[in-house]
Amino acid sequence: MSSEPAADGVGEEPAGDNAVGDTTETADEPPLRVENLRKEFGGITAVDGASFEVADESLTGLIGPNGAGKSTTFNCITGVQKPTDGAVYFNGTDIAGRAPNAIANRGLVRTFQIARELAEMTVLENLMLAPQRQQGEALYRSVLPPFRDGVVKEETRLREAVWESLEFFEIDHLAQERAGNLSGGQRKLLELARTLMTDPGMLLLDEPFAGVNPTLEAKLLDRINQLRAEEGLTFLLVEHDMDIIMEHCDPVIVMHQGQILAEGRPEEVRSNQRVVDAYFGEQQ
Amino acid sequence: MSTDWFQTSRLTQFRELLERSDVALVLTAMAAFYLLFLGIGAILNYDVAGLISILGQVTFFTAVYALIVLALNLHWGYAGLFNIGIAGFMAVGVYTMAMLTAPPTGSPPGLGLPVVVGVVGGMLAAALVGLVTALPALRLRADYLAIVTVAISEIIRLTYNSPAFSTFTLPGGIALGTGGASGIGTFPSNPIQAVYYVDPSSAASGATPIGAAIFGFFEAVFGVVRSAVIVDLTYGLVLAVVVFLVYTLLARVGNSPFGRVLKAIQEDEVVAKSLGKDTNRFKIKTFMLGCALMGLAGVLWQGFGTGAVYPQAFRPELTFYIFIAVIIGGAGSNTGSVLGGAVFANLLFLLPQYLPNIIEQTFSIQADPNNFIAAVGPIAAGEIAPLLGYILNQRLPALRFVFVGVLLIYLMQNRPEGLLGHRTETAAAVDLSEGHTPGGRTGSDLTAPDERGVDDE
Amino acid sequence: MEPYARGRQLLNDQPGLAIVAVAALLLVGDLFAKLLGGGLTATRFGGFVWDGLVIGLLIGLAGIGLSLTYSILGFANFAHGDYISWGAFSGWAVAYLLAGIDRYAAGGLLLIGAGDGPAPGDVGVSITNTPLSIVAGLVVAVGFTIGVSLLIDRAVYRPIRDADGITLLIASIGVAFALRYLIVFFFYSGRQGVTDISRVPAYEIGGVVINAHELTIVVIALVLMIGVHLLLQRSKLGKAMRAMADNRDLAQVTGIPVEGVIRTTWILGGGLAGAAGYLVVLTQGTIAYDLGWLLLLLIFAAVIMGGIGSVYGAIVGGLVIGLASRLSLIWLTGDLSSFAEPVAFGLMIFVLLFRPEGIFGGVSTA
Repeated sequence: MSSEPAADGVGEEPAGDNAVGDTTETADEPPLRVENLRKEFGGITAVDGASFEVADESLTGLIGPNGAGKSTTFNCITGVQKPTDGAVYFNGTDIAGRAPNAIANRGLVRTFQIARELAEMTVLENLMLAPQRQQGEALYRSVLPPFRDGVVKEETRLREAVWESLEFFEIDHLAQERAGNLSGGQRKLLELARTLMTDPGMLLLDEPFAGVNPTLEAKLLDRINQLRAEEGLTFLLVEHDMDIIMEHCDPVIVMHQGQILAEGRPEEVRSNQRVVDAYFGEQQ
Repeated sequence: MSTDWFQTSRLTQFRELLERSDVALVLTAMAAFYLLFLGIGAILNYDVAGLISILGQVTFFTAVYALIVLALNLHWGYAGLFNIGIAGFMAVGVYTMAMLTAPPTGSPPGLGLPVVVGVVGGMLAAALVGLVTALPALRLRADYLAIVTVAISEIIRLTYNSPAFSTFTLPGGIALGTGGASGIGTFPSNPIQAVYYVDPSSAASGATPIGAAIFGFFEAVFGVVRSAVIVDLTYGLVLAVVVFLVYTLLARVGNSPFGRVLKAIQEDEVVAKSLGKDTNRFKIKTFMLGCALMGLAGVLWQGFGTGAVYPQAFRPELTFYIFIAVIIGGAGSNTGSVLGGAVFANLLFLLPQYLPNIIEQTFSIQADPNNFIAAVGPIAAGEIAPLLGYILNQRLPALRFVFVGVLLIYLMQNRPEGLLGHRTETAAAVDLSEGHTPGGRTGSDLTAPDERGVDDE
Repeated sequence: MEPYARGRQLLNDQPGLAIVAVAALLLVGDLFAKLLGGGLTATRFGGFVWDGLVIGLLIGLAGIGLSLTYSILGFANFAHGDYISWGAFSGWAVAYLLAGIDRYAAGGLLLIGAGDGPAPGDVGVSITNTPLSIVAGLVVAVGFTIGVSLLIDRAVYRPIRDADGITLLIASIGVAFALRYLIVFFFYSGRQGVTDISRVPAYEIGGVVINAHELTIVVIALVLMIGVHLLLQRSKLGKAMRAMADNRDLAQVTGIPVEGVIRTTWILGGGLAGAAGYLVVLTQGTIAYDLGWLLLLLIFAAVIMGGIGSVYGAIVGGLVIGLASRLSLIWLTGDLSSFAEPVAFGLMIFVLLFRPEGIFGGVSTA
């Protein structure tokens, strides 16, 4: 079950601006390259030698039936779980097994399939948390008078940026709400907004539109494409909604039983017999 | 009719003030405690000096308990670290201070450094021991961390208690000592004494001009000749100021990006990490800061307050008293910590010390049997005095602990969040409600009316 | 080259194991050096081993209960030490009473010499002198502590059965305080001599002095442990307990009587704790209100080392802690002997860092 080479990204611009942590490597090194990724839990092999690439500034889809290993792959890439074997190259550096915060510092962030909003904190606090390398995160700066002024200034700027984000995501009326009180869809939006505030280079999105109404969904997809074009961001998107996949993602990677089943343009993948079989059950 | 309404509204106003303002809450509580103990002093026929002494005790114990509870709250309420080794860190603080400031000719010998160096050194030492503890232990789950911190606290105590370090010599010929089981008897005198007396270590050396003025005032107006009670009360008030400063410090820590990350770590550490926060560093820094404050508390309490340092004062029981104060007040809230400390210090610590005298004075109980059977035997004959005498004279301290234990159980069953519970203090350095006028959205059209549940993977 | 590569990977993956192996080798080497070179006589060594064995068995006995409640009820029971203390006091009150009733008033005996009660030398309790009173005391210790455990569970833990571990832990601290100071209330706060050492026969085996009380303890402890083992292995109970330790909700759904298993856990745990407390006094010769609390940390160390939920783990852990605290005296001489306990605590911390699940953790044992 070896993967086919990634299709050439159609209509994509050459490698653009660098985001946080983006180290410029050779022009054809993709931002994310997974090699023979393997994750075993006791007797179960959730990811079984998966290899794939994500092209720069693409919106790549990752699909597969339930239990295919998509979320586990995300976890292994982002350091939430340690791979049993294999390598994960982000901008050319192997990050497999590193701590999640080190990986996020390099500009690789993700959202969770089941939204992990920080329930006891307000929506505002959730977003204010996200930007990386805040001055005030150093204890002495937050506490000692001469430095606290700088922190206050930065906090004021952050607050503005956060309000902008909240307005864009249309949850600004919930700003002071305890995050745990939000509906499922709103929590997903919160996660997405929060992730974007980390100033990333690449985002792994795990079903980010669940519970989000179609109009807002379209708006978000527009924004994603805008970020790809203007800021050079790269997206890897896990989705079950085939409309989104077919319409927006290119290429599409298919996972099944921990392995990469197929990879290519949406139409190719959809007509791939093995993919069809996987989704509709084994024919043995 | 109208005066009733007026009075009710005043009461409601007052209650609202208490709910709004933390300062008002604390001040009211303290006023109540002062009145309570003044009343006790009156019942026991104390003279003015005695009353001042009681007020001094109330102030002192409230302040030291508040201080140490604030430090524990930093660990537990802010960082979610279940540290029940507090006694050990207090010991490190005060022992280091003692060893740094004891004269080289003293028994045991010390480095003879100035008091300020000693205090800072004590705090640094406590922070360092905190670092050593934290590095390996922070990844343990809460109950294991609890057991490890108790173990470390005991190791610290046993080390100070051990004859091996009673006196020892560092390479370079510097002699130091912990005093072993007897501890260090020559602790530097309380700096407050320097304000009042020419020679801080001896009251007989005569009063300074300030001292003379204040003593004179109290003698003239209240007829107080025992100057020591005035000095003690002053120390208590100074400690109150220290508590206020520490409170402000911790409030700043909480209302800042740093505090925000701490809140997030407590909520969901994986998310905090996934957003790029080095959670271990945050926890370690918080732990060290808390330990430094515990070291300071040790210096101010056992050091300057008691005037001597010995290992028996740092048994795990000490940790559990502080623990109980935190639980009463509610972990997570600084004001709750102060209140919890105040309630514990006054009602559970000081009050039981005066209770036997009060009851015996009021009811004139003479009986004093020294064992339980002799106390209950006479009940068959209708006499309960022996039992009361047994309780009041022999066993009140023990019953106090039984009561504290039952109180803990009650709290866990009914009100685990304590008096003030988890306060939702917003973690930011600026007011987050400013800087924006909402665009009047109602939210009804924003999310899909039929929310798909999230598919399982 | 392969063994080197494998060895290096082992060092990388399990640094704790590597450190333990190296340290063990060094210590054993030094031990032999001392034994052969005369720094340590075989007699003294034997004495340390025997002492460590006795105290280790007692810690293990007490640890079984702690381990079971930890895994089945889901919290660290900080009151376990005080169950031990109550076992000691209740058992010895009765032992004292029976031993001295013919000569002294019941009151002073029941309070184990409180106030103006009779002195241990006069009462003369010892295994050879008053065997029946000793046995009766043991039975009462076990029964009383079982009663106390069940009562406390009903009043304190059952109302908050589904609370998280920390809440239960804190409640157990409350129980600990209450129980400990009730002892002080009824009895006293000092340390009191209990057995008459002069009447306890001692034997010499290979130069090592063993007294009859220690022998009794070892026998009783082993009998109890074997009993528990059989009970858990041969009965459905053991399976039920393992299921509950794994996943309480699932166990309930499959029809396991959860409250019944919990009750049995307390009976086992409380009973063994009571026995341990009673026997500790038998070996120490003195009794004090905090004897259980002073042991508690060592018992935690044993349980954690052995792996929570494992009966064998508790026993092995107890032996390790007991032996470590005594054998360390070989190297910690003179003033350093006060560090024997810290060594045991250090061991526990070490285990927690490198193998938090303990020696037997993750292995399914009763």
